[in-house]
Amino acid sequence: MFGATIVDSIVFSVACVFALIGALGVISFKNPVHSALGLVLCLFSIAVLFIEQGADFLAAVQIIVYAGAIVVLFLFVIMLLGVDKEESVKDETLKFQLPLAILAVAVLIGLFIAVGIGYWVSGANSLTGNFKPGVPGILELARAIFTTYLVPFEATAALLVIAVVGAVMLVKREGMAKRQSEEITVGEQN
Amino acid sequence: MSVPTSWFLVLSFALFSIGLLGVLVRKNVLIVLMSIELMLNAANLSFVSFSSRLKDIGGISAVFFVLVVAAAEVVVGLAIVVSIYRKRLGSSIDDLKELQG
Amino acid sequence: MFPEVIHVTYLIPIAPLVAAVLLVLFGKKLGDPASGYVATFSVLLSFILSAAVVGSLASVSAGHRFFEQSIFTFFNYGYPPVGVAFLLDPLSAVMILFVSGVSTLICWYSVGYMKNDPQFHKFFIYLTLFVASMLTLVLGANLLVTFIGWEGVGLCSYLLISFWFERPAAASAGKKAMIVNRVGDAGFLLAIFLTYSVGKTLDYEHLFVFSKTFSHGVLIAIVLLAFVGAIGKSAQLPLVGWLPDAMEGPTPVSALIHAATMVTAGVYLMVRLSPLLASVPVVAHIIAIVGIITAAFGALSGSAQNDIKKVLAYSTVSQLGFMFIAVGTGAYVAAIFLMVAHSFYKACLFLSAGSVIHAMDEEQDIKKMGGLRKFLPITTAAFFIGWMAIGGIFPLSGFWAKRSILLHAYEVSFYLWLATLLTALLTAYYIGREFCLVFLGQPRWGNKSKKHLSPHEPGLNMKIPTVTLAVFAVFGGLLQLNLGNWLNPALKPLVIASSAGSNTDLVLSIADAIIAAIGAYVAFALWKSRSFNKTLEPAFLANAFYYDYYVDKLIARSATYFAKLVDNVVETKTISYIVKGATALAAYSGDAFRRLTTGYIRRSVLLFLGGLILLMAYAGFKGGF
Repeated sequence: MFGATIVDSIVFSVACVFALIGALGVISFKNPVHSALGLVLCLFSIAVLFIEQGADFLAAVQIIVYAGAIVVLFLFVIMLLGVDKEESVKDETLKFQLPLAILAVAVLIGLFIAVGIGYWVSGANSLTGNFKPGVPGILELARAIFTTYLVPFEATAALLVIAVVGAVMLVKREGMAKRQSEEITVGEQN
Repeated sequence: MSVPTSWFLVLSFALFSIGLLGVLVRKNVLIVLMSIELMLNAANLSFVSFSSRLKDIGGISAVFFVLVVAAAEVVVGLAIVVSIYRKRLGSSIDDLKELQG
Repeated sequence: MFPEVIHVTYLIPIAPLVAAVLLVLFGKKLGDPASGYVATFSVLLSFILSAAVVGSLASVSAGHRFFEQSIFTFFNYGYPPVGVAFLLDPLSAVMILFVSGVSTLICWYSVGYMKNDPQFHKFFIYLTLFVASMLTLVLGANLLVTFIGWEGVGLCSYLLISFWFERPAAASAGKKAMIVNRVGDAGFLLAIFLTYSVGKTLDYEHLFVFSKTFSHGVLIAIVLLAFVGAIGKSAQLPLVGWLPDAMEGPTPVSALIHAATMVTAGVYLMVRLSPLLASVPVVAHIIAIVGIITAAFGALSGSAQNDIKKVLAYSTVSQLGFMFIAVGTGAYVAAIFLMVAHSFYKACLFLSAGSVIHAMDEEQDIKKMGGLRKFLPITTAAFFIGWMAIGGIFPLSGFWAKRSILLHAYEVSFYLWLATLLTALLTAYYIGREFCLVFLGQPRWGNKSKKHLSPHEPGLNMKIPTVTLAVFAVFGGLLQLNLGNWLNPALKPLVIASSAGSNTDLVLSIADAIIAAIGAYVAFALWKSRSFNKTLEPAFLANAFYYDYYVDKLIARSATYFAKLVDNVVETKTISYIVKGATALAAYSGDAFRRLTTGYIRRSVLLFLGGLILLMAYAGFKGGF
């Protein structure tokens, strides 16, 4: 590619191809488990691309959190609910959903191309903090997160707590509290 | 000189469109959620590309936060899916049409 | 230059109006007969005031008898200002005198006639209102005031015809009168509009000056439209149907409104507009032709009627036709003379008929009467005098009036004169027939009717007015001695004086008298002993040439048909469709939009995407892509 080193180009191409394959796999496989695996492939490819951009720390976080936690969670639920039955894409209950969806996405792509050709966004360099690709920028990242973006950081912490509590409340079964209280009274009697 | 940023953006947009298509077309709830994750990842890629080009750490921090929010969202989303699945056997997203007008 | 008393002119129509208001407020309390006397007194007051102002008018020399009194102005747009103003000149002087005089007598008569009627005071409210309107009409100084009075008498006519409105025949007769009158009123209104838009004035005095500048076509239009109004008010063909039906009202109403006063308003209007009429001879010819046709129609129909009042109604139609013949031939003085004389003898005839009706316990069919001369001698005498007068027997008033008209008709056209003469013969005939059937011969009411009838003369309240009118019918001819001189200055330009030469006049007058006598004798001979005759009373005459039937068929039915058509096509198909279509459209589009909220998440996402695309496109276009 124009002026890029050979290694960069090869890495980019390969990662790009695998990302696309993975993405297409996510939406195409009938079995949800296969879709999850496709998602993992995609995520790995994106991590590679992160490294190529120089965001090493982020690539590591991506693999650990996304591929390691989120996709595992997905597989968990798939297995738990047993929704790995096959489902047909052609069997459409909503009228015209498929053609309309393809049309809408095509239009969106067209719009993007039109906008993209016309403009190129640029902004001031190093506005938030300096970042040198290739140099591990953990220091800069930490400085940014714990000073400039402190409030969002605290907010996301709170968000995680809320999410966990909410998830527990949502899946709680009825009767668990009653059984627990019964055990206590029985225990006391003894 | 590395790969031009525009290629990354094109890839990002391609992944986004694929994810969007998945949300619109697939009927299985879990696959829809996975498509949403795909879209989020595409956005992350775009953030990082710009951050690399503009030599700005802001993009990377944004990805950081997007990651956290995506995780929280997946947790809650899956909890909802589980509790709905308990009520009825269908796993099709089309079964959830209580808001029908 | 006038004596001060002339300034009470405006009180002449006000007096009965005040009485009407008083009767509205206190009439029920006053009751029978006090409210009647209040009404009679107010009309008498009008008469006295009229006499006083006319006297003061007469005290001035002939060329200056002209007094205008303005009450208030409506608008001041052009010159002169248009408002309520009264004009006292020789013509209106004659009119107010005989209108208030005859009205007083008839009002007095009504006190006796309407005795024991449950709505006694209401009758007198309407009656005084009518007199006030009629006086306004004749005293008007401009077309506007005349029109106000015109509408007022139309309204009171309607109220009084349908006085006994519980009777469906009376109610529908009132409606018919109002509606047919309205057609005429439309013509009158158009004449007023045209006059004002062309001449910028409605004042009679100024009008006659300005009219010299009008184009010929405009003059024809104005006079013709005013004549349409006169046709409606005076029951000429084709707007004649309402007058025979108007006999459903009480007899004093028939006497006052439909014989003596209201129906003469049309003639009065044409005489008022005589200066304009004189310059459009073609319209004058039309008027004369309408007059003679109507006169013949009325006379022929009247000769086969069985109702005592319908005969007199058709007779009124016929006599009004005579008046219009006079107007059409330029004999305005003769027309007014006939108007006055006619009011005397026709009112006398009607009041006598009213006495007969009361005596026969509300029976009105003359075939069921007969031999009443033994029981009602005074009424018989009054009716006889009325017959002689209307027939034109020498030397009663009717003779002199008809003679004037015949003389002028002879000058215009021999055939017109002949037709008028024959109609006069018929007039003497058919009233004579009525007289014989009612008063002569053997009583036909004894055995057949279930009521125990003992006919007797009415009380003084009813007798005195009848007799008074009979006296006037006899001696009214004396009027004509000075009427011409009195009226001529008011009718500019000067009316055509009878100039055929005194020899021809004498021959014609004698012919007139002889013909009248022949008509009366024929009636007497044919009807003194028999009560019906098929050939003399053919069905088509008894039904007045089926005129009402044809009007109903042609006009009323077609109007109804058209209304139904409009209802069906326009209302049901078009307007309802449009309205229902609008609601259906709203419902349909609402339903269509409702379907968007399917509840399907994927559908919502698609719509979301759609909105997003639109926003991006908008931003892109705004930015200029």
